[in-house]
Amino acid sequence: MSSAQLEIQLIAALVAMACAIPGTFLVLRKMAMISDAISHSILPGLVFGFFITQDLNSPLLILLAAVTGVLTVIFVEFIQKTGLVKEDTAIGLVFPALFSIGVILIAKNANDVHLDIDAVLLGELAFAPFDRLMFGETDLGPKSVWVIGTILIISLSLLLLFFKELKLSTFDKGLAATLGFSPIVLHYGLMTVSSITVVGAFDAVGAVLVVALIIAPPATAYLLTNNLKKMLVLSCFFGIFSAIAGYWLANYLDASIAGSMTSVLGVLFLLVYLFAPKQGIFSVYFKEKQQRKEVSLLVFLLHLQNHQDPKERHVNHLQEHINWQKVQAKTVLDLATKNNLIQIDANNLVSLTEKGREFTDEALKYITTNKETAIEDLKKRFFLFRG
Amino acid sequence: MNKKNYAIQVDDLTVAYDYKPVLWDIDLKIPEGVLMAIVGPNGAGKSTLIKAILGIIKPIAGSVKVFGKPYKKQVDKVAYVPQKGSVDWDFPTTALDVVMMGTYGSLGWIKRPGQKEKKAALEALEKVGMLSFQDRQISQLSGGQQQRIFLARALVQNAAIYLMDEPFQGVDATTEKAIINILKELKSDGKTLIVVHHDLQTVPEYFDWVTFLNVKGIASGPVKDIFNDDNLTKTYGINYKVAVNQ
Amino acid sequence: MSITEYFKLLFTDYTLGVISLGTAVLGAICGMLGSFAVLRKQSLLGDAISHASLPGIALAFLFTGTKDTNFLLIGALISGLVGTFWIKSIVRRTRLKTDTALGLILSLFFGLGMLLLTFIQKMPNANQAGLDKYLFGQAATLVASDVWVMTAITGVSLLVLLLFWKELKLLLFDADYTKTLGFNTRFLDILITSFIVLAIVLGLQTVGVVLMSAMLLAPAAAARQWTNSLSTMVVLAAIFGAFSGVFGTAISASQNNLSTGPVIVLVAVVVVLISFIFSPKRGLLFREIRFYRNRKELNLKKTLTFMYRIAQNHKDISHPHAIKILNNFHGFTRKSLNRLQEEQLIEIQGNQWALTPKGYEEAARINDKIGKKDE
Repeated sequence: MSSAQLEIQLIAALVAMACAIPGTFLVLRKMAMISDAISHSILPGLVFGFFITQDLNSPLLILLAAVTGVLTVIFVEFIQKTGLVKEDTAIGLVFPALFSIGVILIAKNANDVHLDIDAVLLGELAFAPFDRLMFGETDLGPKSVWVIGTILIISLSLLLLFFKELKLSTFDKGLAATLGFSPIVLHYGLMTVSSITVVGAFDAVGAVLVVALIIAPPATAYLLTNNLKKMLVLSCFFGIFSAIAGYWLANYLDASIAGSMTSVLGVLFLLVYLFAPKQGIFSVYFKEKQQRKEVSLLVFLLHLQNHQDPKERHVNHLQEHINWQKVQAKTVLDLATKNNLIQIDANNLVSLTEKGREFTDEALKYITTNKETAIEDLKKRFFLFRG
Repeated sequence: MNKKNYAIQVDDLTVAYDYKPVLWDIDLKIPEGVLMAIVGPNGAGKSTLIKAILGIIKPIAGSVKVFGKPYKKQVDKVAYVPQKGSVDWDFPTTALDVVMMGTYGSLGWIKRPGQKEKKAALEALEKVGMLSFQDRQISQLSGGQQQRIFLARALVQNAAIYLMDEPFQGVDATTEKAIINILKELKSDGKTLIVVHHDLQTVPEYFDWVTFLNVKGIASGPVKDIFNDDNLTKTYGINYKVAVNQ
Repeated sequence: MSITEYFKLLFTDYTLGVISLGTAVLGAICGMLGSFAVLRKQSLLGDAISHASLPGIALAFLFTGTKDTNFLLIGALISGLVGTFWIKSIVRRTRLKTDTALGLILSLFFGLGMLLLTFIQKMPNANQAGLDKYLFGQAATLVASDVWVMTAITGVSLLVLLLFWKELKLLLFDADYTKTLGFNTRFLDILITSFIVLAIVLGLQTVGVVLMSAMLLAPAAAARQWTNSLSTMVVLAAIFGAFSGVFGTAISASQNNLSTGPVIVLVAVVVVLISFIFSPKRGLLFREIRFYRNRKELNLKKTLTFMYRIAQNHKDISHPHAIKILNNFHGFTRKSLNRLQEEQLIEIQGNQWALTPKGYEEAARINDKIGKKDE
């Protein structure tokens, strides 16, 4: 592995981590699409900044472009407040407009700007090691490492400093506000950090794919954990993994590094989406099936409790009366018998056992007080076999 | 037992969102020609019950019969007044247009409304006192006026059963009076009215039939027989006393 | 070539005619169907679908080896639909919310598409050049057969909209109610979503995957400002869309090295801006003017009631009072006093004012109203 290869992977990994941190909060705050808007709308800011500084890694350019990003957010909020169109339409109008301006500016000034459309969409990660930061005669490494490293350090320190505030305002805005953490300051702080990160990452992965680095790792992590810290760590891990695996995939296919990083993220997400232990669709499918059976069981027990009339309690009658279609009456009966909740006498009349009556009473109490967790506990206490 | 006597008969109805039960083993028999309130605390499943009767939500168990047949075969006999907040009032359409929507059901697929439907819609608008607002954009109407438009839309359907989800929520006193007068008029025409209602104080004054609901069905019957502290306490959990002037 | 030349050539030059017809038809179908997307609050879904169609184009090329537009667009359609249904499934089956699902599918599909495109570009002996026109669109590559396909699909969607107009309108406004009237809302939902996906795919060649969603939204968002009727909105949106398409293509053709997509989108967005500001009923400009007038009116009324309360304490209502007394009251200016005088509600003599009988009556009426509101 050459040092250029190593440097590319380092830059990619740093970019992925820098994106994952604000990304986690954007996903949790249901503002993921804002990152799409920011990443598109910084383009005109970048191009103007480039006219002034002539250097894609200049701090001034990054600042200018980041301001465009925050302005976009403010602009979207303004349009939304006028009530002329809904929020999604406002987002959907603002960023293509600004992106179009950027693309046209680049096309019109193709000779002066060393930016081309491919770079806008894909970044120029492969060339990053050639633009080096020199201190006198000493080679301090690629400029990108310094830029994205600085951004990462800034967002890491902000994260550590304001972790408590961020956490609280993400999960309980009202409470955060009453405790004196201004939601507005945190909101725009997050927007600013996101904008700066997007600009810093732009050089490496381009405008559209930065969205993948912001959204995909946290979204994947969110399917695996409920814990904010774990989610942050997992996001960073998925980001770094996609950086390294993506690099080698691109190397193998001789194709875009950014595109292949995104594709690796796509595969990761697909795997987690299918197989995650609690949130994956396979386990959700089995859980739903179990839940459906158990809810049917509860309906059935409640029905027995409600109706003393023998006609209502006859095995053959149940099918007709409780409109079972999704779950076979027999499986429910079996489950209830296995858990000793019912007994069937010689005349095929079903009745609740002592345990069944107790369970039904308690279940009903929990249901009317709307405590979902309580019912899970209850099932654990009473059930020998799950559905 | 003659099932035809019941406008709506609900048997062992259970509904769950995401497999969390919201309605449990509901049995309900609503006779024809009553003006009935459904009362219960927040989250008791009142709207859900109405939606399940209408087939908007699929129950996981149980059945609903409208005049002895499944709802799907009785679509033309039932009119629905949804909660005012359930639609986007900035939608580009006029008051008359919304009321005309009530005729779409009887028109069926593809056929367009004509003069006859327009006449019916105008009559309904007049009945709710909104005739002069027919060309008004719906976002320009007050909350009470929007509710009257929804009522007019249901009136156009000329159904036998009316299901209403909180028609008095967020309306002014005049509108509330106007609506209840129309409901009483409908009742005297032999229609059946089922209303999700929040204000317990007005139950005896407005309604002659009541259903108490809190996930489970608590009680259902004539207001004068069952609207008492006992049932209120059972429904609302706490020791409930309501100043009822009967 | 300048824009005026372009329009002069439009009716004589066959190629330009074809291209302009194509962009006009495209703009029209986007405007029409975009109205439905906007009113269903599915604006961002269009963005996700258009990005998600990119890998379909690349895969279609890899499998068939041709650059035939129809094959590529079928690929785009399939991958767009896969993206759409995956989004719906993510939202329904996992804890991820709509915005995350949209952003996820949008960026992941697009990334895969870009990977495949760069892979294709490096392939030996393939006539791969030209696939990148699907990124930002190139109207100049439209040929007569493309335009025929577009026109045919637009015709079909127009027919469907007309046939199911009543039902679709009902669905947009109140989906639950639609169900209770006995209409199959699932069918209607799939119908309208499929046509929206079709419109997006049709536009890829001209506007490109990156900006296609704006082409769907902008004409509809503009049209909404000018009318309160759904049918007028759809017609207007179609006109705005066609205008943006033709005009945008003309501008981009008169410049070198400019993709059509960004120009068309900018033209459409300018139409939106004009509509936002100048539409008479909803526009921001007239809204501000109305607001300003109302505030002035309110100030006059307040001044008058203030005077009324002073005058009430005197037996003679037209007893003059010093203007100085009004200084405690913030709403009044010399100008507002003059206007009150013009309307013969008060009389001013030197430093003193007095209510006229007409003014007293008017003030009493306003005062009553305020009193009632306070109750």
